[in-house]
Amino acid sequence: MGEYVMPNLQREKIEEYLDEAGKRLDGRNANEHRVIIVEDDISPAAASAIRVKVGKTEVLCGVHLAPTTPYPDSPDEGTFMTGVELHPMASQQFDIGRPKINAIELGRVVDRGIRESGFIDFKGLCIEKGEKVWQVFVDIIAINDDGNLLDVSGIAALIALGRARMPVYNEEEGRAEHEFTTNGIPLNKKAMSLNMTFHQVGKTIVTDVSKEEEHISKFRVSIAIGDNDGKPRITAMQKGKAGTINVTAMQDVLKSAEETWKELFPKIKEYAFN
Amino acid sequence: MAEGLYTKRFDGRTFEECRPMTAKVGVVPSADGSASFETGDTKAIAVVRGPRTLHPQHMQNPRTGILRVSYGMMPFSVWDRIRPGPSRRSEEIGKVSEWALSSVVDLSGFPNTVVDVFIQIPKADAGTRVAGLNAAAMALAHAGLPMKEMLSAIAAGKADKTLLVDVDKAEEDFHDGEGATDIPLAITSRSKEIALLQLDGKISPEELTTSIEMAKKACDDILKVQMEALKNAGVQNG
Repeated sequence: MGEYVMPNLQREKIEEYLDEAGKRLDGRNANEHRVIIVEDDISPAAASAIRVKVGKTEVLCGVHLAPTTPYPDSPDEGTFMTGVELHPMASQQFDIGRPKINAIELGRVVDRGIRESGFIDFKGLCIEKGEKVWQVFVDIIAINDDGNLLDVSGIAALIALGRARMPVYNEEEGRAEHEFTTNGIPLNKKAMSLNMTFHQVGKTIVTDVSKEEEHISKFRVSIAIGDNDGKPRITAMQKGKAGTINVTAMQDVLKSAEETWKELFPKIKEYAFN
Repeated sequence: MAEGLYTKRFDGRTFEECRPMTAKVGVVPSADGSASFETGDTKAIAVVRGPRTLHPQHMQNPRTGILRVSYGMMPFSVWDRIRPGPSRRSEEIGKVSEWALSSVVDLSGFPNTVVDVFIQIPKADAGTRVAGLNAAAMALAHAGLPMKEMLSAIAAGKADKTLLVDVDKAEEDFHDGEGATDIPLAITSRSKEIALLQLDGKISPEELTTSIEMAKKACDDILKVQMEALKNAGVQNG
């Protein structure tokens, strides 16, 4: 809908303050994440539904499970789908209607981060080989965009999956009852991987961007990192925007990623599994 | 009153009683106006964006701004996942909500513009369109748009022979005897006129008249909750 308009003066102020003082307009250091707040019980009809707020950026995320027929090439594995809706309620820049490229990319990056890490135990979602498996839906809806919806969506998906309960399965009718067991869904908790996105603003690599920083950044790199016996291990990456990355910037990104991961990963695990 | 098969409500309310209500204003900081309205396990979030220039230009009205309302249920709001995006049901509810809100909001001071109202339902236990209207009316007021009156809405109804207000899902699915009748109604705050009316079920004209009176009473209670939230908005957000 509306273009995001920002005066050049504001752009220069953000870049200068970062490059000279290493600080951001909201007072954060370049590598400082905003506080994460998680609320439960957004919808009693979902396997889990949560609200995640990171600063003023807010998403709702729900997990649904439904029995379905498996794909012929993986008859004993469940299926998984992530949908991200950048609803116009969240920002002046979002339109109503079919998902546009930014929502599609966001959904795919979040999906890949979860799918490729092996976090979901697809074989554990099999009900009867070749006949019935569980389909897992993760739906993310943006409520307010104040930057970094990508990471906030990813965080919400991990926590919602971690908190999801298995529905009661009605074997005779092959459907889920309107009732949940106390069991979680099959997950390889050790394989969980956290997606973090870093932007270059001015000459500085910045974590957890605000909306303004996101708008003026030269490039972004998303890195999903999992735990390999206490050491970080990269499981997915994606570069975004037209700017190019030089060797120093890449080193800065990797250093920031490692620092952020060490700080954030235990917190996300805590939210997801406790 | 309590004749017939439905003599005691499933959740213990009296037949004139609404579910516990919570209203909040300013729930979406980036919007021009926003509010949430919750009754039992039904919740609506409404966001107002505008007035802003309407495109395409040929849709503009040089005499007034235009109100545009969309309604949608979030995929995880009910037991069977809802596919995101518009459906025939959501389009219709958006339109009847738009008509209802247009009767109280005055956009004549904003020619050629559009005001968008986005209603979203994160959890649903019946009565989502009326919860949406309650939230939307608050969000429009929160956006500072000129309003002739406020608007409050409720689903009145009937289970077998019993008239009641604020129908929940279990009551909506009442099949015994005469079954269930669902009457979503929106009432303007001062003139007490009907701004939205839908009905499905089986009901006599006399019962309908009584239902409307019961709905009006319930809307008085809802209005208090809405006004209280609007008054507190400055305190909450300041």
